[in-house]
Amino acid sequence: MNLSLRSPSAGTIVAFKAIVFALCLLPAVNLALGWQANALGANPIETITRASGEWTLRLLLITLAVTPLRRFSGLHWLLRLRRMLGLFAFAYALGHFAIYLWLDQFFDWNAIALDILDRPFITVGFAAFVLLIPLAATSNSFAIRRLGGRRWQSLHRSVYAIAIFAVVHFWWLVKADIGRPLLYASILAVLLGLRGWWRELERRRQLSVPPPAKHLEKKVIRLVPRQ
Amino acid sequence: MLIHKPADVPPSEITPRSLFERRRNFLARSGTGLVAGAALWHGLPGAARASTRLQTVPSALSTTEPLSERDAVTGYNNFYEFGTDKADPARNAHKMEVRPWTVRVEGLVGKPRRFDIDELLRLAPLEERIYRLRCVEGWSMVVPWVGFPLAALLKEVEPLGSAKYVEFVTHYDPKIMIRDVLDWPYTEGLRLDEALHPLTLLAVGVYGEALPKQNGAPLRLVVPWKYGFKSAKSIVTIRLTEKEPATAWNKFAPQEYGFYSNVNPEVRHPRWSQATERRIGELRKRPTQMFNGYAEQVASLYQGMDLKKFY
Repeated sequence: MNLSLRSPSAGTIVAFKAIVFALCLLPAVNLALGWQANALGANPIETITRASGEWTLRLLLITLAVTPLRRFSGLHWLLRLRRMLGLFAFAYALGHFAIYLWLDQFFDWNAIALDILDRPFITVGFAAFVLLIPLAATSNSFAIRRLGGRRWQSLHRSVYAIAIFAVVHFWWLVKADIGRPLLYASILAVLLGLRGWWRELERRRQLSVPPPAKHLEKKVIRLVPRQ
Repeated sequence: MLIHKPADVPPSEITPRSLFERRRNFLARSGTGLVAGAALWHGLPGAARASTRLQTVPSALSTTEPLSERDAVTGYNNFYEFGTDKADPARNAHKMEVRPWTVRVEGLVGKPRRFDIDELLRLAPLEERIYRLRCVEGWSMVVPWVGFPLAALLKEVEPLGSAKYVEFVTHYDPKIMIRDVLDWPYTEGLRLDEALHPLTLLAVGVYGEALPKQNGAPLRLVVPWKYGFKSAKSIVTIRLTEKEPATAWNKFAPQEYGFYSNVNPEVRHPRWSQATERRIGELRKRPTQMFNGYAEQVASLYQGMDLKKFY
């Protein structure tokens, strides 16, 4: 096994994936065991609702941190963990939503509809969840090929909006102590701010690039190598 | 020669019957007070429990619904001064000293006074009142409080005719309590007729023992037909006023928390449906009752008022 972090072997990457998979599963296992042992406090439904929601948000932020981490560290293979992280964020969101529908509301569709229409924090949380569905559905290689890289990428940029919605959902939920929502909002601001900054750098770089040389004008440049 | 044979006991030494009876009464009550005092002093769960039981009389105002578990009542609390997580108060409230403790009763009263907590424990017979508690967050419990009607205390100070409201100011010590979130000290208020209502209780205990600190020791308000935040904890000042007093949550978010804050399934809250509630310990929600099920006793207080406007 190649232990070099810069260019790990396929085996090392598989091992990393297994570790990340297990770590992502841990909060859910922890909650399930707590539920089983009746150790989630006086209001266990509230505990699992809150925990699944907060883990969704954390996983979204971790997913969004992959690109900056990759750029700063040069560890480009980190990208290969991103799909799994994003799918775990979706899985926790699905769990969060299912807990709400089933344990919190017991499929009282009237109350659920009222919640979504009437309570801004639920409206925005619901929107975030709905927007996550197409991203999860198109997370496989087949969908990427079918959509084409560019369309796939612009679709998946909606994750920025989803993350903002998720933070707002949390912010509007708390009664008075905005400490934790503020923490997540700050992290998200840094993650999105970096992207904005890179975009700006890229724009400036392109503006400063001299026009193509005279002798290349009107010539076809073949970007795809000949078979 | 007339020999005056002195009586065995001079008349001046004989205690008048009324006083004598009052003293017996006093002794009986101070017994309660001492026990309660000891409980408050030590603060103590566990082994000492048996010796700290408060002497109480049952109340016809109690509900017969099954009690919430003691661990829930003493471990799942909103007492933001000690942290905003429900488990924080039980972790942090031990830092609060509840002895000595005095309560000032002032404002528009004929006889403003400071009461020592021991005095308050003897003021009226302690009753066990089993009340439903409905939190604005959509959960509820059934709690066996120990206390006496607030009316008994207010009678002592003789409210003036100009008094219309009662303000409650709670203990605040920035050295042991959090500094932000709300505008401390936490204050609450009632209309005078609400304060004098027989259901309105000053609680000194729960589950037959002195109040644990996280539940608002040594003295708290319990107003069972209003959302839980109206029932101020660890009270230090009770002030009778002519104007509606400012209340902590109302100052923070007036569109969410009204002065009245009566439990009302028909008045929606932007964050929580008030139509249903989860009784702690139960899986499925149950419908919330008007005035938390105390409509028969209190609805008349609000006759002719638009409860959607005065939420």
